[in-house]
Amino acid sequence: MAENNVSKTKKLFTVCGLVVLALGIILYFAKAPMGLNRKIYDLPIFLIIIGLGFACKGFMMKPGAKELELSKKSFGEFLTNNAILLAMLVLVIVICILQPRFMQIRVALDILTQSSTKLIMALGICFTLLIAGTDLSAGRMVGLASVVSASMLQTATYANRFFPDLPQVQLWMPILIAIVACMIFGALNGFLVAKYDMHPFIATLAVQVIIYGACSLYFDMPPNNSQPIGGIRPDFAQLGQMRLFAGIYQGFPGISILIPIALVICVIIWFVLNKTVFGKNVYAIGGNREAAVVAGINVFRNIMGIFILASCLYGIAGVLEAARTAGATNNYGNGYELDAIAACVVGGVSLSGGIGKVGGIVMGVLIFTIIQYGLQFINVSPMWQQVIKGVIIAVAVAIDLTKYRRK
Amino acid sequence: MSEYLLEMKNITKTFPGVKALDNVNLNVRAGTVHALMGENGAGKSTLMKCLFGIYNPDGGEIFLDGKKANIHSARQAMDQGIAMVHQELHPIRFRSVMENVYLGRFPGHMGVVDHKAMYDKTKALFDDLELDVDPLALAGEQSAAILQMMEIARAVDMKAKIIILDEPTSSLSDREVEHLFKIINRLRAQGVAFIYISHKMKEILEISDEVTIMRDGQYVGTWPVTDKATGEKLTIDFIIKQMVGREMTNQFPPREGKPSDDVVLKVEHVCSPLKKSFQDVSFELHKQEILGIGGLVGAQRTEFVEALFGLRGIASGQIYLNGAKYTNKNPGFAKSKGLALLTEERRATGIFGILPILENTVIANQKHYANLGILNEKKMRVEADRECKKLNVKTPSLETLIQNLSGGNQQKVLIARWLLTNSDILILDEPTRGIDVGAKYEIYNIMLEQISLGRSIIMISSEMPELMGMSDRIMVMCEGRVTGFLNKGEYTQEKIMALATQFAGRKENTAA
Repeated sequence: MAENNVSKTKKLFTVCGLVVLALGIILYFAKAPMGLNRKIYDLPIFLIIIGLGFACKGFMMKPGAKELELSKKSFGEFLTNNAILLAMLVLVIVICILQPRFMQIRVALDILTQSSTKLIMALGICFTLLIAGTDLSAGRMVGLASVVSASMLQTATYANRFFPDLPQVQLWMPILIAIVACMIFGALNGFLVAKYDMHPFIATLAVQVIIYGACSLYFDMPPNNSQPIGGIRPDFAQLGQMRLFAGIYQGFPGISILIPIALVICVIIWFVLNKTVFGKNVYAIGGNREAAVVAGINVFRNIMGIFILASCLYGIAGVLEAARTAGATNNYGNGYELDAIAACVVGGVSLSGGIGKVGGIVMGVLIFTIIQYGLQFINVSPMWQQVIKGVIIAVAVAIDLTKYRRK
Repeated sequence: MSEYLLEMKNITKTFPGVKALDNVNLNVRAGTVHALMGENGAGKSTLMKCLFGIYNPDGGEIFLDGKKANIHSARQAMDQGIAMVHQELHPIRFRSVMENVYLGRFPGHMGVVDHKAMYDKTKALFDDLELDVDPLALAGEQSAAILQMMEIARAVDMKAKIIILDEPTSSLSDREVEHLFKIINRLRAQGVAFIYISHKMKEILEISDEVTIMRDGQYVGTWPVTDKATGEKLTIDFIIKQMVGREMTNQFPPREGKPSDDVVLKVEHVCSPLKKSFQDVSFELHKQEILGIGGLVGAQRTEFVEALFGLRGIASGQIYLNGAKYTNKNPGFAKSKGLALLTEERRATGIFGILPILENTVIANQKHYANLGILNEKKMRVEADRECKKLNVKTPSLETLIQNLSGGNQQKVLIARWLLTNSDILILDEPTRGIDVGAKYEIYNIMLEQISLGRSIIMISSEMPELMGMSDRIMVMCEGRVTGFLNKGEYTQEKIMALATQFAGRKENTAA
């Protein structure tokens, strides 16, 4: 019976996937002759990708995996568990109908590019959320890293150089200095939290203010005197602006280098969380700190590690921001931490610690970017966008809490 | 090689307001089960926490195998071969069983966890302990018995020489206890020493080799369970006598008068919305009656009285107060209807530790002292002072922070809080947990006095003597269901235990 069910689920996934795939292929070849080019744009390609994904999932499904139950109850559960995702899908469909131009590879790549730095931030901040903490200093660390890296990577001929006499250094050196600067402040965060048992909210709030002050002092040093940093070296700017495979076929905009960078970091963080002792300890400390202590886990060292690793990721995000925009000021990154926390929470990371997955965080970040991008696309006022963003956060957390409410 | 594997000498530990341990000794031989006994609050758990490095003792020394040991953290304790299975198991609920077993010592290389090795090792351990559990299952979904075995598996894997079991059988069925004893016997034969904390006399006499008894934070003595010279066994009476330090007969004040026939509270078929919680609870509470509720941990007694008080929901069933229908809207409403709830967890849900006694006393009755929201300080002070004096709360002043009082005095303040609200039905959840013997007697007196004033009491108690000594009637619950009532005169520990474990078989079926 169970065997039968599993194969049924498998069949369902495979068949649905193949149908969508076939539809995509047909449309792909049919759209030009049928004159649909200006109506559905790249929809066939999206269908092909979605269909392939489903079909692969069906093929890879192991026997004995949890079978899909089709009933009113499981449907209801599915609705609540994926409410935000479904809301996003509905929105995407509505936008596609209102504005068919939305169905373009270019748009999808734009969304992924915009998500990249946000994702790196969110992956950093998720460590602090996993131990039932938070990190308010994340945004200011982005600012610090961008100012520090940009200040040392200006072209030799630029008039307003931050360090007029600085020779052209190797690219990696200023980047490393910027990230290490962040990690020092991350260590301060960790020290305050671990050593004095300070609530992370307060500890990171204090450090946030310190970082902003320190960054502004650095930014205000003569001869710069708080001028926005410009004249970025092209090799550095490439780090944020390079596009891979551009023009591989006509009109292909290229894949921003930020996407593979975020992807690599994603894989690393997934590995750290799921395959390393450190990752297991993070979940353990967040899930039940007392039990972790009793089990002999060095909580001090792990908390230090969490904040240092997190700040390293903020540092990377900051460097990429400077490279992407080819400039920096001390106000870079202001408020990013709240977006990152919101994305994590929407992605299913529990603020009471111990629960959260990398996949969920990726979803959370994408949902926010897609909704923001989509709303802009159909000219919804930025004020309404704020309202909608807030509603999403509230609804997502409310659903999450009902899911995990103690039974 | 020393005679003892473990020697604890003159251990002393003081908490604010309480001397928890006063020159306590404990000597344990290798390959024995050493029972550590004493009433609640005698300091057994505190002593074990000192051994396990969770507390640092103020004085005294610990020797392992004749060598002085320095234990300042759980890690150090474990490195020196000491493992502890805590009374209240707190697994990391959202992680797998195997991760819980290997918490803090994950197998692997260079910080990368080897999941396959962890799975295989856990599987082998469980097979060895005859435990049929999937190592990948979530810990939060396991029964208490399995979590317990999980902890023991952990201790075995760490090659612990001394395993501390703190109330290991409090939520196990008979068959699970049998399984546990089998494992203990096997490990004992391999030379492992157990320190076994329990209140269950029969178990102690069955499993242990030696008994050390503590009373009020002091060392009373150590006796072999079977005298080598005479072959005589220790008797339960002897142990109880050593534990309480006086005859059992005058542990409770005499009860005068009888409950009246008037029914003040009638509960009919009340069910919790949660399947695992209380189901179909029905009873009547008479005026001037003390109704005791007995049962094991997990019998859902606390959950039931919390529902009565409006802290939890009810799916179905009726409640009548003095004949009128009552709905458990919320605690404020319950209070206005004359209900009072003294909660089980005094520190967590009872006292406001950092507030003075005055605020702690009047907090439930503030409306009474307020005029347009402004509190009448003088009136509050007069009434709080009166109640605290009546209940003999020992404190320098009403301004003293309640966290600086002893447990017994804190409890008296909490009772004073509910007496101020003029409640007719007092629900007392473990009213004497963790307080000293003298204060217990005073609380019993307070209870009887309230009864004589025409009030009624529902008392949850896990201490058999208290339950039998104070109740006019005992209702026993097991896994959320009422399994029987016993009237005064029919009480025996065996009868209550039989009712309290009635569904033990069912639990095993689900566990297996």
